[in-house]
Amino acid sequence: MILLSVGTQLPFDRLVTAVDRWAAQHPDQEVFAQIGPSAYAPTAMRSEAFIDPVRFSALQAQASLIVSHAGIGSIINAMDMGKPIIILARDHKRGEHRNGHQLATVQRFAHLPGVHVARDPEHLLTLLDRIDTLEPCQRPSEQEAQAFITGVRDYVATAQSLPLWRLLTRALRGAP
Amino acid sequence: MTTMQHAQSPQPSADRTQADQRRVALIASSGGHWIELTRLAPAVQHLDCLFITTTHGLTAPFGDRPVAEIMDGSRDTPWLLVRSISGIVKALRAFRPDVVITTGAAPGAVALLIGKMLGAVTIWVDSVANSEELSLSGKFARGFADLRLTQWEQLACPQQHISYLGRVL
Repeated sequence: MILLSVGTQLPFDRLVTAVDRWAAQHPDQEVFAQIGPSAYAPTAMRSEAFIDPVRFSALQAQASLIVSHAGIGSIINAMDMGKPIIILARDHKRGEHRNGHQLATVQRFAHLPGVHVARDPEHLLTLLDRIDTLEPCQRPSEQEAQAFITGVRDYVATAQSLPLWRLLTRALRGAP
Repeated sequence: MTTMQHAQSPQPSADRTQADQRRVALIASSGGHWIELTRLAPAVQHLDCLFITTTHGLTAPFGDRPVAEIMDGSRDTPWLLVRSISGIVKALRAFRPDVVITTGAAPGAVALLIGKMLGAVTIWVDSVANSEELSLSGKFARGFADLRLTQWEQLACPQQHISYLGRVL
């Protein structure tokens, strides 16, 4: 089963339309789609606007491939579960997000094994056509996260709360 | 970090026990924000933790506290943000956290302000999705976050008290 997800906040008709088009050409493939508030109504794949977290997690575990907007949550989940993922960035210039951070995300994470970046819907279709050759994600490196976790733990151990007025004056001055 | 200098003196053991009972509120919106928070949460696993989020049906990565639910809201939906704020106020006033940590988005920034008014140490963790500039909520949190963390080294800025300690992946 191929699982498509676009997150819960915003529509992403460009992605939903492309995957539905592919599903129509491949009736032998089961595709399930979480489409959020997208306006396009899929005809060739089962779809739901929102899926509760427990069921969504079960669907991800079942899926052989995840297709998604370039959300960090989708990428981390695919890595945790060792699935291949195809991501298409939301383009703020097309009104698909508030800013261009998903375009930055695909650049930052394109090098990760198993993270397959689609440049546009056409490219997405060619990636879907070679579905059997897409390598799966590897589990995220624990080293990077461990340094971060330790840093925050150490800060919390000794930190003392500065009063609001001091933080505000610090912010206004832009100096310690 | 100026805040750390205050805590340099060795503490008597009684204080140390007290420190281990500190309460930490961890708050994040659904999706990536929540997943990043659960990856970071082991940092405070030894403390008394309350998780707060905007989605129904999420389970905490550890602990037996229920996950408190609030309404979602963003700068696109100010009316929902108002309802979200009242949920945060309720949860934080009941829990009285010593530390508030958020990975965003807008409700997390609000939680830091409320946490700060309640006297908590406040920590903003900007999402790993923001590799080119800090999120708007992260910029907004400047006036009430003791610590602001970016997950991209090149965005760290001592003058603005933005630090880098690592990345969730």
